[in-house]
Amino acid sequence: MTALLLRDLRLALRAGGGFGLGLAFFLIVTMLVPFSVGPEAALLQAIAPGVLWLGALLACLLSLDRLLALDLEDGSLELLLTAPLPLEGALAVKALAHWLTTGLPLVLAAPFLGVMLQLAAPGHLWLLTSLALGTPALSVIGMFGAALTVGIKRGGLLLSLLVLPLYIPTLIFGAEVARRGSAGLDPSTPLLMLAGLTLAVVALMPFAAATVLRIGLR
Amino acid sequence: MSLWQYANPVKFLALSARVQPVLWTLAAVFTSVGLLWGFFGTPDDARQGSTVKIIYLHVPSALMAINAWFMMLVASLIWLIRRHHVSALAAKAAAPVGLVMTLIALVTGAIWGQPMWGTWWAWDPRLTSFLILFLFYLGYIALWQAVEDPDTAADLTSVLCLVGSVFAVLSRYAVQFWNQGLHQGTSIPVATGNRSVADVFFYPLVMAMLGFGLLFLALVVYRTGTEIRLRRTSALQARMNRRA
Repeated sequence: MTALLLRDLRLALRAGGGFGLGLAFFLIVTMLVPFSVGPEAALLQAIAPGVLWLGALLACLLSLDRLLALDLEDGSLELLLTAPLPLEGALAVKALAHWLTTGLPLVLAAPFLGVMLQLAAPGHLWLLTSLALGTPALSVIGMFGAALTVGIKRGGLLLSLLVLPLYIPTLIFGAEVARRGSAGLDPSTPLLMLAGLTLAVVALMPFAAATVLRIGLR
Repeated sequence: MSLWQYANPVKFLALSARVQPVLWTLAAVFTSVGLLWGFFGTPDDARQGSTVKIIYLHVPSALMAINAWFMMLVASLIWLIRRHHVSALAAKAAAPVGLVMTLIALVTGAIWGQPMWGTWWAWDPRLTSFLILFLFYLGYIALWQAVEDPDTAADLTSVLCLVGSVFAVLSRYAVQFWNQGLHQGTSIPVATGNRSVADVFFYPLVMAMLGFGLLFLALVVYRTGTEIRLRRTSALQARMNRRA
């Protein structure tokens, strides 16, 4: 499992693309917001938590179709299928690698982009917390979507159609934590809901992903 | 004599040929009586005027939109557990019907909402969760169309239906948390029996609900038959190509 994790991390770092691309996309989406709604500080401050969450979610979505497609092309996915390591574990580790290379940089970059969008000072901590708690769920749900569409040619658009509705609960709770936090309200209720959601998804989704991947590669 | 004998496509087709005339007749009678009675035979509401009459389309279609997904869920489970092809095809056949029911509920709701709430659309929990349900139907149908091998497609869509159901329920409660909204709660609670709809409106509404249920059943039986015949045709074509 460690070997698989290190392999995926090395591939993501050395092959380039995935690592920086998500971050650049996040930056661009954030940058486009003032152009579309206007530069008034009060308006930007009000929508900043939601916009940042949406940007992070879309940046996460962007890299999903490469999650399993590259492994399918070079045949390592079939090796994983026959390996002594349970497929559920392998997929969980691959989702972890995806989070470390895509989700974590987004979490760390979010406060800087928050400054650009005039996010209120107490909001930074809660934005960071909610993204740190929520992005693992995005990676694991995305793994399910990637496993579902792995055998389909040109499955990228289908993948978004399938995965985005599944992202809705995470987005609601995550953005609510950031919104309440930046408005100075108590964010503990949505925070607990978000944490519970992430734990449940991390525990259960690898099984669903492994099931559909076995069907897809049959 | 058991229910499972209809997992045999031949038996299913024979049964569907026998029950379809009955189903279509009953569906036509109940739907038209319910709707005509509702539209022309009931008085205007004291406060809502004649706009209340859209309830006879709105409530039955919303009811069937949710129940169609439940039916797909049960059919998917039967396919995953017992591998009956008819079950998988029934789930496939029900999806577009459910999609249209969701669309009817959303559109009639918007038309009703405009004079009553002064807006076509509000980000209300019920409205939003129906929109999410609509997206789930779209994704489910798109996945059926994208996968070429029919058994793989049935497997993948069944798992999607299971996972989607969990997330649909989750979204239902998540949006409730997010916004309390304009839409009223249920007016016909079955458990307590304290319904807040007067008898004059209630009886035609029940007729329309029954009619929509029967219509859904008739459509699903009909479309499942079509899917079975399509499957047979493609099997025959494959056999002919092999010989040629």
